[in-house]
Amino acid sequence: MTLMKSLLGASALMALTTVSALAEPAIIYDVGGKNDKSFNEAAFNGATKWATETGGTFKELEMQNEAQREQALRQLAESGANPIVMTGFAFGDTLNAVAADYPETKFAIIDMVVDQPNVKSVVFTEEQGSYLVGLMAGLASKTGTVGFIGGMDIPLIRKFGCGYAQGVMAANPAAKVVLNMTGTDGSAWNNPVKGAEIAKSQQSQGADVIYAAAGATGVGVLQAAADLKILSIGVDSNQNYMHPGSVLTSMLKRVDNAVYEAFKEGADLKTGINVMDLAAGGVDYAMDENNAPLVTDDMKAKVEAAKAGIIDGSIKVHDYMSDNTCPAATF
Amino acid sequence: MDLIAILQILESTIRMSTPLLFACLAGLYSERAGVFDIGLEGKMLAAAFAGAAAAAVTGSALAGVLAGIGAALILAAVHGLASITFRGNQLISGVAINFFASGLTIVLGAAWFGQGGQTPALSEGRLAQTPILDLFGIDGHAHPVLELFLGHGILVYVALLAVPFTWWLLYRTRFGLRLRAVGENPAAVDTAGVSVVRLRYAAVGITAVLCGLAGVYMSMGLNTSFQREMTAGRGYIALAALIFAKWKPVPALWACLLFGFLDAISIRFQNIDLNGIGIPVVIPGQFTNALPFILTVIILAGFVGKAIPPRAGGEPYVKER
Repeated sequence: MTLMKSLLGASALMALTTVSALAEPAIIYDVGGKNDKSFNEAAFNGATKWATETGGTFKELEMQNEAQREQALRQLAESGANPIVMTGFAFGDTLNAVAADYPETKFAIIDMVVDQPNVKSVVFTEEQGSYLVGLMAGLASKTGTVGFIGGMDIPLIRKFGCGYAQGVMAANPAAKVVLNMTGTDGSAWNNPVKGAEIAKSQQSQGADVIYAAAGATGVGVLQAAADLKILSIGVDSNQNYMHPGSVLTSMLKRVDNAVYEAFKEGADLKTGINVMDLAAGGVDYAMDENNAPLVTDDMKAKVEAAKAGIIDGSIKVHDYMSDNTCPAATF
Repeated sequence: MDLIAILQILESTIRMSTPLLFACLAGLYSERAGVFDIGLEGKMLAAAFAGAAAAAVTGSALAGVLAGIGAALILAAVHGLASITFRGNQLISGVAINFFASGLTIVLGAAWFGQGGQTPALSEGRLAQTPILDLFGIDGHAHPVLELFLGHGILVYVALLAVPFTWWLLYRTRFGLRLRAVGENPAAVDTAGVSVVRLRYAAVGITAVLCGLAGVYMSMGLNTSFQREMTAGRGYIALAALIFAKWKPVPALWACLLFGFLDAISIRFQNIDLNGIGIPVVIPGQFTNALPFILTVIILAGFVGKAIPPRAGGEPYVKER
């Protein structure tokens, strides 16, 4: 009797989960990991926000290596998850191949344009946000030298570095920007030891503000900057809280909003290219009680003016990916 | 390039060499006793995780170091059991340990701390960064030369002192003579009435302690938390350095410093512009990043002359056939 009961219970539970699985959205994090305190964590926060607001549940997967991408995508699509959101440019080729096989499923990719009828491509104007934090770095620097530490050396990250350098030059045309990349493969997003070491090297070259656009590698950069008693700038998520008094600001990339919107639209996801720029609130700089003592009124006024200038078009920030060159810096 | 830049690169070299040096000496003890150890990487990783986890929970750096060594000892006991007592294949046992550590650290980390396999960032449980300079109240940034020699954590000096100590132990003590003999001709050691099994277990135990120090230095000294796969192949580079050094402690120091130096160079210079010295070539960053690995291949291809491993290495000792 008891056995019968539990068997019935189990099958009922299974039936329930299948039903709910049909409408469940899914998110796939890239190799930096869900808890990178930066890019992927922003995506997780967006998904969590949707879950708490609607009471729904979502599936999530974290990539451990490059080989899993296609398998993970197909698995989620087969399981009926819809829409499927993935973070990171590296999914581009895989999604391009897989999306056509599941015409009923909607996909959203962040940081990459995939031209398929059932794919929403969300791209951000990182150069604009980076320009703003670059301006703040240029104003805050006492030595006239600032640093930039990228993760993997790809055009997208050069776009961050290029906008940043342009912002620094706008604040101080004589400034020197030291640019470094952590590496050339996926592990560069998850190498905080090397990030810290690069930060120390930049500090010895005179840098007193360092901007990290490097996923979990940035955790090491921010830590090293705090140890060296210099300033740092976080990326993607608001990282001001990590070392109050040392993190000058964070370049916000509202990946959370992008994921939240995609989940909210659900199976009716609007496909096509979606550009999240400064005007649309896609990128911004972070202000909170942790960095308030570091940002002077003058700095704030100038960065707000620049923000207005970018929105109304009077300030043009160069997009590295448009022509793979950077007028403000050499990589 | 000015003097400060050179000092900074040398300082970075010392920091990057330390985990390699620990791991290389660890491999030296094990292999000199005739037990090949591919599992240096896994033991380092497990120690890095256990150290950072224990330090995060207790807030004590000492507890972290002990936990790290403990984790490495457990894995070494498994390796010893498989390859010494049960005479299994030493390479397979080592590879298994690497896979085991790589997966288990992430699973346990995710289950305990809920941060995707990371451990929480350490504040008070961290290893002191510049204990000697702090003791004398010297500001390292103002005295770069002092910083180069004295501005490191305690474990850096432990690693450097372990080199002459290993030399003394191997070449000037009875234990060292027997350890080397058991790696060359265990039958002779056995005939002399000394236990081969006990000697090999002792060697594997020393290996574990050194791997443990390498791991905790990475997660609690160089970094403030454990990150998955944070040892990033250093265990294998250490094995290459060990072959480069022909299984001798003092050459091991130079080999590790060389690898650390290449690391430091690739960190400092993305693109090396040779225009400054009259050569119109820019060496791309990819090349400097690949240098340690290129060097490893060149070394293993036999460019350093014949590297003869301990004769009984890799073979389990069977008392009677």
